[in-house]
Formats: sequence, C-alpha cells, structure tokens
Amino acid sequence: MTKKKRKLSLLDKRAITGFLFVLPWFIGFLWFYGKGFIQAIRFSLSNLTMQETGGYLLEFVGLDNFKYAFLRDATFNQTLVSSIGNMLIDVPLIIFFSLFIAILLNSKFHGRTLMRAVLFLPIIMNSGAIQASIELAQQAVNGGVTAVSSEAAVSSGVNVEYLLDMMTELGVPAMLTDYIVLAVGRIFDIVQASGIQIIIFIAALQSVPGALYEVSKIEGATAYETFWRVTFPMVSPLIVTNVVYTIVDAFMNSEVVQEAYDMAFTNFNWSVSVTMSLISSFVVCILLAVIVKIISSKVFYYN
Amino acid sequence: MKTAAITNSSGNTAAVPASGRAAKNGQKAAAFSFSSVDKVQMKKFGRRIQAILLGLLKFCILVGIAYIILGPLISMLSSSFFTEKDLYNPVVILFPVEGTLQNYADTYRVMQYPQTLLTTVLYVASLTFIQVIVCSMAGYGFARFDFPFKNVLFACVILTIVLPTDTLMLPWYTEFRNFDILGILHLTTGHGVNLLTSPVPMYIMTLFACGLRSGLFIYIFNQFFRGLPKEIEEAAFVDGAGALYTYFRIMLINAMPSVLTVSIFSMVWQYNDTFYARLFGISNRLLMSMRISTVQETISNSKKILDSSVTQLYLYAGIIMMLVPVIVIYCLLQKKFVEGVERSGIVG
Repeated sequence: MTKKKRKLSLLDKRAITGFLFVLPWFIGFLWFYGKGFIQAIRFSLSNLTMQETGGYLLEFVGLDNFKYAFLRDATFNQTLVSSIGNMLIDVPLIIFFSLFIAILLNSKFHGRTLMRAVLFLPIIMNSGAIQASIELAQQAVNGGVTAVSSEAAVSSGVNVEYLLDMMTELGVPAMLTDYIVLAVGRIFDIVQASGIQIIIFIAALQSVPGALYEVSKIEGATAYETFWRVTFPMVSPLIVTNVVYTIVDAFMNSEVVQEAYDMAFTNFNWSVSVTMSLISSFVVCILLAVIVKIISSKVFYYN
Repeated sequence: MKTAAITNSSGNTAAVPASGRAAKNGQKAAAFSFSSVDKVQMKKFGRRIQAILLGLLKFCILVGIAYIILGPLISMLSSSFFTEKDLYNPVVILFPVEGTLQNYADTYRVMQYPQTLLTTVLYVASLTFIQVIVCSMAGYGFARFDFPFKNVLFACVILTIVLPTDTLMLPWYTEFRNFDILGILHLTTGHGVNLLTSPVPMYIMTLFACGLRSGLFIYIFNQFFRGLPKEIEEAAFVDGAGALYTYFRIMLINAMPSVLTVSIFSMVWQYNDTFYARLFGISNRLLMSMRISTVQETISNSKKILDSSVTQLYLYAGIIMMLVPVIVIYCLLQKKFVEGVERSGIVG
C-alpha cells in the first residue's frame, strides 16, 4: 500500500471526526430506538411471557393482540378517542394562550422579571406526582379557578348561565360556547402545559427584526394590522414547532399511555400493552403528520 | 383635516389659488387656534385614559394567570400547616387557627429527607453532567461536520423527540431485565444481568444519548453551535488544536448559555421524572420523586389515619419540601436561565 493512498484527505478526516462525535448517540439510537422498535412490533404480534430467570418467551399469535385491544378490551377504544379528543381541544388553546402571554411578556412593564419567573414555574413543577397532588389540592382546598368554574357551570352559576343564554341568543353557535366553557374549565391545565411554548414564542418574538415594525409604523399601520401582518407571519414557523411539542407532550400525559402502562405493570398483560402503545403512537404520528402538513402549508417563511 | 375643510368653507374669504400650499397651512393654523385647543387636549387625555385602561387590562390578565399558577402552590403551602381541626373548620381559609409543624416533622422522618435528598441530588447531577457532555458532542457533530447521511441521521434525532417514549417502554424493560452486551455475558455466564431496580439503566441510556429528552437537548445544542462563528474554530485549527481540544476548550466554553439551559432543563426533568423511574423500578429509597408518591400511604399506615384528606396534609408538606431545593436553584439562576433560553437557539 502506497503512502499516498493511506493518507485521508482533510475532508474525509473531518467527516470521520464528526461521525465520532455523533457516535455515542448513533449507537444509542440503534440500540434503544432501532432495536426497540423491532422488538415492539415482534411483541405485539406474539404472546409474551416473562420468565423468572430474566428472559422472556414469545409465541406467535398474529393479530390477536390487535383484535383484543380493539374488540375485547373494555375501555381502550374510549380512552383512545377521548385522549385524542382532549388533545385536539387543548392544542389550539395552548398555542393561542402561549402566543398571547409571550406577546404580553415581551412588552416592557414593571415587574416583568417577576412575572417571567412565575410563568416558568410550571416547567419546574412539571412532575407526575406533584401534578396529581396539585390537582387534588385544587379540588380539596376550596381554591383554584377550576373549582370555581366547574361549580359555576353546574350549580351556582346564575351569571354564567345568563351569559351563555345571551350568547346563544346572539346567534353564537352552541359548539363555540361549549368550547369556551370547556376552555375556562381547563384553564389550569392549559396554563400548566404552556411553559415551554411561551419560552419558544418569546424567543421567536425577539428575533423579529425591529425594522419591520418601524416600517409598518411609518406606513401608518394600526397595532391590530401590525400584529396580523408582521408579528403573526414572522412567528408562524414556530407555531409548527409548538404544535408538535404540545401534541407530543399532551400525549405523554394522556390516559392512553397510563392505560398501556397499567396493562403491562399491574395486569402483566405485556403484549397487549405493547400493542396499545403501538396503536396509540401510530394514531398520534398520523395526527402529527396531518396537522403539521396543514399548518406548514400556511406558514410564512421569511428567508 | 376635517376641521380645516370646514373652516375653509365658512371662515375663509380670500382664497388665492396661486399660493395654495401656503394658504392651506394658514388655514390649518387658523383652524387650530380657532377651535381645536381643547380637542388636542381631549385627544391627549383620551390617549392617556386608553393607555391606563390597557395597562389595567394587562395587569388583570397577568395577575389572573399568576394566580392560576401560584394559587394551588399557596393553598398547598398553607394547608401543609393545618391540623386536623383546621382542616374541618369551615371558617379557616388559608390561615390556620391552630397551626402545626408536626406535618413537616413527620413527613421529614418518613421520607428520610436528608438521605433521599442526597442520593437524589447525586443521581440527578451525575446524569445531567453526562447528558450535557454527550448531547453537546452530538449537537456539535451535527452542526459543524459533514459526513454521509448526516441529514438522515439528524431526521432520526427529530424522530426521537417526536416519538412517544411509551411505545418503546416494554422493549427497554426487557432489555434491562436481561441485560447483555452483544451476547458476551451469555457466552460467559449463560444468562444476562437483571439491572432493574437500580439506576444503572438510566445511566446507560443517558450515556448513549437516549435518556430523558436527549433528542431535544441535541437539537438545542445543534442550533446553538450553528449560530457560532466558524472563525474561532478555524483559528484553533490553524494553531494546531485537535478536534477534542477545540471542542472542550473552545466550543463548549462559548456555548455556555445553552449548556446552562440544557443543564437546568435536564436537572429539573430528571428530578421530577417518574416515568423512567417507575419503568426501571428504581428503588423508592433512592429518588425523591418516587418517595413522594408513597408518602401518603406510609403515613396512613404508620399513624393509622384513614381519612385521606388528613393524610393529604402530610403529602403537601412533602411536596413543599421536595420543591424547596428546585425553587432555590431556580431563584438563583432565574435570570441567567431566562436569558439563556432566549439566546440558546431553542428556536429553529
């Protein structure tokens, strides 16, 4: 072998170094995601029994697990539908709420640092255990907006019902009013879930070039026009990011995941659990693809 | 303009078309002196009222949102001091009449707070350290080097962010239940090692950048490194620095804002994580987040309290104690954290 052949070009060397940097992740990806995914499909097509020694036995059963999940399991269908439904209700609310708050926080006012600190608190307290008990605290200790709103909507809400009646009489569609009532009832969840989204939107707002605002001001645009013609299009690419993040996050905390978990670790019905996870993830991925496709066709890219 | 037009039709007697512009200006001035003094003032006044009202609206909204976030915290904090009597006294809201620190004392003992905190902090800190190193390396690799299939691989990173982890929950479980490295252990001892109930699986996964939201961190680092000027690296290269040296001594130092952001996120999520901890069955004694989930039962068993709303008071005390370290760290780093997040290129 000649010396010339052995010597790598600078570009090749850089390629190798770069790949070495990525290598740990790549191994992990193949090991945990690649292998894991194949395993998941194998498990879902067979009957899995854990052995005491640590191994497991697989017995091929075809599509039985899928049949079980869809046709025989008492709650899976409903949980899946209701989880997806809740997600679809929450996503637009979270997006609009976080954009709104980001715009508020982006303007200058006294106590802004304090307010930001408060708004980022949910990210910090984003824990399953804590959140469950905070929800309990909401119901138990006479406080919280959710308690008030649910009460208002059901029993003592003279004013609320009057308002709702008025809205119906004004010709507001019943679906919309229902949605608003629902939104108010979920406001706690929404605020809790929109921490990261607010951060992303704030960062986006700060990257909008100031010259655009100057131009629109000189051209005599009102604040309303400026928002819809400048701010919104400039921020719109990040709406996609946020929608994706929100859906995935909502899904991770949804009941379907919980049900799959319980199926595995309380009922020890392993393969059905994997099947359920696969089905729900598949549904969510399709949903993601569709939504992202729809939104990104409307997104404005500056460059 | 309207007022000017009106005065034009009524008050002006000698309009000369030749010097139209000057005349117009004159009319305007006349109109202002004639009737608009209060109007200007009115306008100013109106604007001020508008500003005040808008400010008030903003204030109300912000206070409302702050209440939604802080409300449960405050009610938790206050009720963690309640005695049983306070709990069932309908007059008591927020401020206990009797008040007690017994809840805290008992929960402190049950949770074995100091030991648990110590092990949790060690666990979280080490994982965060590994995560920052591994994810920043991967992010750097993706941002600054060209190698075949780079885009495909980066798409895989995005996939790991988007793919819900629960799909792979069981494969991971079986993997670590019967752990083996490429069949070596099977050859030598005949069976794999059961790594569950120890934190080892978490370390292994984090080491290979598949830990808690590692994909997101790789993405953040990638965005940040792409934003750094190439010249620093080139200078280092010309001066003869190797890739690792450049990375550790130059790039990572420059990436401090995103390092800070990622470590805070990683720390907090790791500290609060129950998903992985439950999946790998990590012992309750080790982790605060797991410990907190059993506090209520332990208290009700050991003290023979059947009323769940009373045992809940202990749970609140436990949660407050669990939150204290995080909130202290957060308050210390709050400003840097917010700045770091905003500059760290979480945005694409």
